[in-house]
Amino acid sequence: MTPDLMEAGTQARAKAALQAQAGGGRRFVSQEPYFGQGVALYLEDITVSFDGFRALNSLSLTINVGELRCIIGPNGAGKTTMMDCITGKTRPDSGKIFFGSNIDLLRLTEPHISQIGVGRKFQKPTVYEQLSVFENLELALKADRRVRASLLSRLTGTQLDRIGEVLGLIHLKDEAQRTAGLLSHGQKQWLEIGMLLMQDPKLLLLDEPVAGMTDEETERTAELFLSLEGRHSLVVVEHDMKFVEQLTEGRKKVTVLHEGSVLAEGLLSEVQANEKVVEVYLGR
Amino acid sequence: MTKLGPRGWTGVLVATIAIAGLVPMLNLAVPEGSPLHLSDFYVSLLGKILCYAICALAIDLIWGYTGILSLGHGLFFALGGYGMGMYLMRQIGRDGQYKADMPDFMVFLNWKEYPWHWALSDSFVAQMLLVVLVPGLIAFVFGFFAFRSRIKGVYFSIITQALTFAAMLLFFRNETGFGGNNGFTDFKRILGIPITAHLRVTLCVLTGLTLIAFFVMARAIVHSKYGRVLQAIRDAETRVMFTGYDPVAYKLSIWTLSAVMCAVAGALYVPQVGIINPGEMSPAASIEMAIWAAVGGRATLIGPIVGAFFVNGAKSWFTVAFPEFWLYFLGALFIAVTLFLPNGLVGLLRRKERR
Repeated sequence: MTPDLMEAGTQARAKAALQAQAGGGRRFVSQEPYFGQGVALYLEDITVSFDGFRALNSLSLTINVGELRCIIGPNGAGKTTMMDCITGKTRPDSGKIFFGSNIDLLRLTEPHISQIGVGRKFQKPTVYEQLSVFENLELALKADRRVRASLLSRLTGTQLDRIGEVLGLIHLKDEAQRTAGLLSHGQKQWLEIGMLLMQDPKLLLLDEPVAGMTDEETERTAELFLSLEGRHSLVVVEHDMKFVEQLTEGRKKVTVLHEGSVLAEGLLSEVQANEKVVEVYLGR
Repeated sequence: MTKLGPRGWTGVLVATIAIAGLVPMLNLAVPEGSPLHLSDFYVSLLGKILCYAICALAIDLIWGYTGILSLGHGLFFALGGYGMGMYLMRQIGRDGQYKADMPDFMVFLNWKEYPWHWALSDSFVAQMLLVVLVPGLIAFVFGFFAFRSRIKGVYFSIITQALTFAAMLLFFRNETGFGGNNGFTDFKRILGIPITAHLRVTLCVLTGLTLIAFFVMARAIVHSKYGRVLQAIRDAETRVMFTGYDPVAYKLSIWTLSAVMCAVAGALYVPQVGIINPGEMSPAASIEMAIWAAVGGRATLIGPIVGAFFVNGAKSWFTVAFPEFWLYFLGALFIAVTLFLPNGLVGLLRRKERR
């Protein structure tokens, strides 16, 4: 018995106990995250390397419940990798990620992480191109995700109302029956945001949500996100400084990532005045 | 989108009457000299193509709707066929060439006892259960590991192709107890009833009814939320995962169902054509199934059925008229469809309708 093996055994037992606690072998019985301590998402010392390149370098970050946090940083700073780690797509080499104060996200699969309330919007809008806008939203609707439930599923009145409500929020009411592949780039972005809202996640991760949007669409998106603040926790990765300015309203914290770790954190104006940040952005 | 509308049900009804009423009538009641007479040759051709149409429908569910191209469905078809073949071999009784208790090929190999996997082959019910369960189980186990390991796209296609090829080599061997490269043939009866032209009509009708039942089932599936999840997996699998669905469960269930459908088609096919051998597991046989679906139109349920009829109809005409050119024609057809008709023949018709 090497220490490694013992460690692996301990982890396996802990995992089994966790599963048993969640209700036998069923993979998708949800565990409720606990937000009583005010923390929505907690990252500690996350390190990820790809072939020797350190995409994330002992990154630590805390997002509070109901907070809207903007994350900025130059290309290759590790913003997308960070989201990959939170949503289970990439396993970090070391570190901890907790959702609420009780759920270890590193133990869960992507679908499970989504089910307990972490929603993610991709950089490139990903919608189901061959299905209608309505059907895209229907599939995202919070419901039992198992095969049998899907086979027998019928939409209830409340669920229809909810879809209608979100259609209104994302300004796609008139396009409900259109094939999603025919929407404009900005509309696809909206649709994907709408799909996130249908899931009613507690934490939303938004990767460059306004890329390819017109100024007017960008403004509307900012309004939408601001209306979600408080009820949901949001993490927005964005390059568009005007958009970030609008979201932070001059009083919210911004995090600057650089080379896989936090370079600075503070108000947007403070961060913009920070010498290190200026150096990174302007390459002085 | 509802399930079958009134128009759809009318279509199903017409198809049922045509297959269960018209075919036997034209074959049995109409005298042979009449131009309306359907000869035994055409009945057996129809029965064969109906089996192929079931395969094309099965391929459509997994490829057209879920986006997983299988180039190994011939394996499941052949396994179903072998399952039925084993029962038919037992039904020969002492009427074989050697007038022995055991099938001829076992006598030839000097075997005194049935191998273990022939244990249930004497019972029709048990053997028919195996026809469904064995291919289903193999598909399930294979799919479980492939989908869990996230094998996708062309890699998955190549592995399925290798799977059916490996099985073919295995079945070619005499020791595996499936009659080697000759397979099973020379069947005499089913359930004690001699296999004659009359029985072939019954089998043809049965195949047609099975196809109709599968069609109605497939329709219900693709128009359920489950079916929309399948299409979502085809269009953007990562989005499906990050929406909380486990794609493995969805892919595995439709993959297994599709394999079982092919197995049923194989079991219906063998008594009608009177032979099953490892040739059915050759890579080309599986690729042809994909061609039927592509020619007819993927992700439409009627398309693959049309495709199976069109390609096989053309095949039976071409192989008589220009036997050397059939493969060239098939290749050219596939290229033409891929280039000019991405939605297949049915796509072409629908486009015309819209104009």
